[in-house]
Amino acid sequence: MADLRSNFLSVKSPNPFWLASAPPTDRKVNVERAFRAGWGGVVWKTLGEAGPPVVNVSGARYGAIHGPDRRLIAMNNIELITDRDLEINLQEIKEVKRAWADRALIVSLMVPCDEKSWEAILGRVEETECDGVELNFGCPHGMSERGMGSAVGQVPEYVEMVARWCKAHTRMPVIVKLTPNITDVRQPARAAKTGGADAVSLINTINSIMNIDLDRMTPDVVIDGKGTHGGMCGPAVKPIALSMVSEIARDSVCAGMPISAIGGITTWRDAAEFIALGAGTVQVCTAAMTYGFKVVQEMVTGLADYMDAKGYATIEDFRGRAIPSITDWQYLNLNYVAKAEIDQKLCIQCGRCHIVCEDTSHQAIFARINGKRQFVVNEAECVGCNLCTLVCPVEDCITLVHKVAGVDPRTGLDYDRPPANWTAHPNNPAVHAKAAE
Amino acid sequence: MTIAANPPGASDVRPGRLDEGTLKGNFADLHPLLTPHEARVEAERCYFCFDPPCQQACPTAIDIPLFIRQIAAGNRSGAATTIFDSNIMGGICARVCPTETLCEEACVREAAEAKPVVIGRLQRYATDPTIANGKSPYARGAPTGKRVAIVGAGPAGLACAHELAIAGIESTIFEPREKAGGLDEYGIAAYKTADDFAAREVDFILSIGGIEIKRGQALGRDVKLEDLRRDYDAVFLGMGLGATNKLGLPRETELANVIDAVDYIARLRQAKDLSTLPVGRRVVVIGGGMTAIDAAVQSKKLGAETVTMVYRRGPEQMKASAYERELAQTSGVVIRYWARPAELEGRGDTLSGVVFESGNGGEGASAPVGSVFRLDADMLFLAIGQRGAPEALDGAAIEVKDGRIVVDAERRTTLEGVWAGGDCIYGGKDLTVSAVEDGKQAARSIAAALSASRP
Repeated sequence: MADLRSNFLSVKSPNPFWLASAPPTDRKVNVERAFRAGWGGVVWKTLGEAGPPVVNVSGARYGAIHGPDRRLIAMNNIELITDRDLEINLQEIKEVKRAWADRALIVSLMVPCDEKSWEAILGRVEETECDGVELNFGCPHGMSERGMGSAVGQVPEYVEMVARWCKAHTRMPVIVKLTPNITDVRQPARAAKTGGADAVSLINTINSIMNIDLDRMTPDVVIDGKGTHGGMCGPAVKPIALSMVSEIARDSVCAGMPISAIGGITTWRDAAEFIALGAGTVQVCTAAMTYGFKVVQEMVTGLADYMDAKGYATIEDFRGRAIPSITDWQYLNLNYVAKAEIDQKLCIQCGRCHIVCEDTSHQAIFARINGKRQFVVNEAECVGCNLCTLVCPVEDCITLVHKVAGVDPRTGLDYDRPPANWTAHPNNPAVHAKAAE
Repeated sequence: MTIAANPPGASDVRPGRLDEGTLKGNFADLHPLLTPHEARVEAERCYFCFDPPCQQACPTAIDIPLFIRQIAAGNRSGAATTIFDSNIMGGICARVCPTETLCEEACVREAAEAKPVVIGRLQRYATDPTIANGKSPYARGAPTGKRVAIVGAGPAGLACAHELAIAGIESTIFEPREKAGGLDEYGIAAYKTADDFAAREVDFILSIGGIEIKRGQALGRDVKLEDLRRDYDAVFLGMGLGATNKLGLPRETELANVIDAVDYIARLRQAKDLSTLPVGRRVVVIGGGMTAIDAAVQSKKLGAETVTMVYRRGPEQMKASAYERELAQTSGVVIRYWARPAELEGRGDTLSGVVFESGNGGEGASAPVGSVFRLDADMLFLAIGQRGAPEALDGAAIEVKDGRIVVDAERRTTLEGVWAGGDCIYGGKDLTVSAVEDGKQAARSIAAALSASRP
């Protein structure tokens, strides 16, 4: 069976599945339940500075969007960092780490943006003998209004500065957790690296209002008649997280920097996708908050079975393997031609492919053949956009077929032409400018 | 119809075979209303097909994908309006339509996974609150001063009247019975129209205004077609069918407990207390259509010990759908095919059994022609079809074929100013939904004709 052990910044865990810093990792009782269920590690819910505890709202702090069968598509929250006493947290962290030496235990931190505060908290956390710290530069609600969380993560200079302080004041590995509420995620990632951080984790939650109650004219989750934006997570954010992870993985400055991936990981497959983009560990929250800690058992077995089927003995055998396939648009082969093909034996005649193509794309699917209801691709118009395959309710009924021989009736050009991308394309004005020089 | 309750040992026909609670349960809604969550989940199964096969299969062409999408989006009343736009009797149709041979058979999910979207039940989910509200969502059109006579307050006549009201045309419906609704009120199994639904739907339709119903008025008896033609701007004939077919066997009309299924169902539907309705211990039903099924299943639900439905041909030829046959069989009805009644047996003047000859008559594989079997019977229901009643037309110059009125695509008869629809027309499908479509199309044709003729 595949070896799922993970070694991330020399922090070892029996599998790469960590619980993200969030309500599930708020206290010893939860974390021990998680470890018993099989989680490889946890990032303890964010600790703040010593002093009066954080105050949370007393009322709905989570919102969600659901599918029709109440399947949770996304969730958001306005919960702050831990509202438990710092000393209790530190004591429990110490106890848990001693009892569960084989599991990863990272502590998330968020304190005011001055060196003394970071120095003070790091000293206390180090005493717990935990495995490392994660700097919470991500939370987009509440704490950000006080100059912490995403207020730091949105300014690369602050990210670099705090990372530098932390590396100066602790021997523990430092992970910087990034906010997605920013235009170019590479900037804070580069800043983290420049500041000496050992790794980045991403994505934190996304600014969001889940629904508006059209009767009360308020957000649907309110506290005494008012609501505020929260941080969104869950299956719906995964594509955003995949893209941001890939940006950092591909970046020449960040290249090789360890990544702990977060964002909508619900099954082994989601996890494997992030690992294929270079992640060394994956962090999960919403799936656990939807189904309980047992979900990790599906993730562990699924990942192991996949690796066995593919012949990957360890995580390292496939980690990052998808990165080379991700490039910029300008490097895509513009001489490659694919066209949709509808398997008439599988087609159930719903006609969705036709109507979306007809109304919103290229008018490339016939609805009738010889007066009879039948859906057939018109190759003279099809650009292979993939819309039909996506809206088809039958799996594998419509496929995109790579055309290799003959002439494209749409363009009159041979299918079989050598690869050529935009950088050398005759329609690219830059190519002409260069030629004219 | 003579129902004779006999002393034990002879024939066993009596009321109150089951207690009130059991009867209530037996005649409760066949399919309870979907809950909002169920409706939403089911609605999301709809693919919103292009040129939807379900809509093509609906005789009234309801925009099914649109109303289902409205349900999915939480707009239940909008969904109801989408349905009523095409079919003002969408409520009863949701209950009695053989959806398994119409919209749901055409659903692409039927092709994909043999599990169509439950369109009928979603239609009921959409329409129930609006009908419960009792008010037609349509406004009566500005008065045109035109008046139409409608014969029969069944689905065809009511749909015609409602559509005419929208066009600002008043109508007077001549109805022989006490209640409006036609077969929805008198002829369909009670468990399909629980809670007095048919009557409530009639009130809902009439709420638009401009529709008068004259009760106790039968065409040819109390009112003459030529008078209607003279007194009104147009006439719509929607009087349904007439007498029930007979077996043509000796003693058929003399023996007690040989019963016309249509009459019996009407009596059942109007019974205030089902425990007062006599039913036989051993019931035999002859026929293969919906009336036969409804008589058989309801006999069983009233407490008959054995119910055997006998049909002269095979399941493929039967008018009742596979779904209806299954409903009968799971209700405890035994169905026997390829057998025709040969002799009615009586003890004195009361039915005691029926002798059948089984055989395929050369149509498909079956028992050899000529073998004979006998069924003990305390009650025999005849459900072998109804004839048209062209005699009510008093010899008017209307073309009639096989006892039914011939109409064109607009439901015009061959007589100027007279339209017809529902079960009384030739080529009709004997379905509520088809009758509604006839009424609607006829009303549109009438409105166009009257507007063209306006001075």
